[in-house]
Amino acid sequence: MGESSADHLILGTRKGLIRYERRQGSWQLVQEALPAQTISYAFVDRRNDTLWAALDHGHWGNKLQRSRDLGESWEEVPTPAYPENAKRPDGGSAACTYLWYIAPGGEEEPNRLYFGTEPGGLFSSDDGGDSWQLNEALWLHPSREHWFGGGRDQAGLCSIIVDPRDSRRITVGISVGGVYVSEDGGESWQGRNRGLNACYLPNPAAEYGHDPHYMLASPSQPDVLWQQNHCGIFRSEDGGQNWLDISQKETGAYFGFAIAVDEEDARCAWVVPAVDAEYRIAVERRLRVCRTEDGGGSWQELTVGLPQGPSYDLVFRHALDVSGDTLAFGTTTGNFFISEDRGDTWQCLSHHLPPIHSVQFH
Amino acid sequence: MIQLRFTSHLEKFFPGLGELRLEARDVAALIRQADERFPGLAAYVVNEHGALRPHVNVFIGDERIHDRQGLTDALQDGDVVTILQALSGGMMRK
Repeated sequence: MGESSADHLILGTRKGLIRYERRQGSWQLVQEALPAQTISYAFVDRRNDTLWAALDHGHWGNKLQRSRDLGESWEEVPTPAYPENAKRPDGGSAACTYLWYIAPGGEEEPNRLYFGTEPGGLFSSDDGGDSWQLNEALWLHPSREHWFGGGRDQAGLCSIIVDPRDSRRITVGISVGGVYVSEDGGESWQGRNRGLNACYLPNPAAEYGHDPHYMLASPSQPDVLWQQNHCGIFRSEDGGQNWLDISQKETGAYFGFAIAVDEEDARCAWVVPAVDAEYRIAVERRLRVCRTEDGGGSWQELTVGLPQGPSYDLVFRHALDVSGDTLAFGTTTGNFFISEDRGDTWQCLSHHLPPIHSVQFH
Repeated sequence: MIQLRFTSHLEKFFPGLGELRLEARDVAALIRQADERFPGLAAYVVNEHGALRPHVNVFIGDERIHDRQGLTDALQDGDVVTILQALSGGMMRK
């Protein structure tokens, strides 16, 4: 069997970047890079095998590193910067305080990239990341006064979906703010939050102010969107025009951060539930993955190989991924799990990694 | 001539960063000068609008600067300027 993306994993952790590979049937840690540096998000652009690492240096700000040889050598490139006149909703000057998420443009635009940041700005680059421009149409959207911070001080743009059929159709998720869609390459944006539930607002059905922790599209049916929201799990079959609550609290499938969707089957997805926002630990302190194979009609608890003793593991929004039948996720307590049978059974590859922020097959 | 000193933390990102001797009339200009010697250095100390990052301190002698937004604190020949992170370890180079 030849190598596939399911044989290569990149992890962004609090203490550096880590790569795993499956060699002769077993997973091995093959590389550590950017040691002891906090990686908020690590991403391989499969179009050109460029590896990106978004760094959070704390005192020294956020930085962006790029590697064209899978982490052997690195170059620091300019970080997305808010223009001088960009203001936060409270009137303060907007400056980039976190690098959340990178997404590639369409196949026909090889040098285009998108970047999601805190305090909620979407940036794009048309030169492969050498320079970044704030998307002003979204930044100046009249609804921005309804954006605010959740776990962090300000809103974060944590999800970006470029439609594989039409790269001018872009869907983003702002946590907290909601879902927005552009049909014209980012020149204008419309909210797409009907059916969502903002359980922390006086009006849970408000048009804006929703909290999609992470949102993905089904690769096989790009109009099918999924989101692990602060207030449940939601699915849309019409590109976000209408959302349906598919949570099932009795299985734990309700609160969480991460979600992964099957590459072939638009009815299948996985989440890693946690206790509600004020606790943020594993449900019943037993780590479980929940899988639906019927579009959220029902959820199955998957626990074989996962710790069922006291578990405080939490899985951040970008720390679960799937490739074919293989899933991987990393936790805040440095446990790293893999399943090669769609989540039926799990194997822990390490109990001793740093807190894991992102996991990607590449 | 202004003497500019850095916390050792910044050497992780800028190997060879030592004490610099520069000409500048205020702290903002001093950091710009330092950035010319070590390209990218300023972005570690100030944000994209030139404001001091929240947990970074700049001292002129033993006094913290007053203008964290514009870094307009004036400098005089012979001043010693020190850039430190607020807490969390890191030592001055001996």
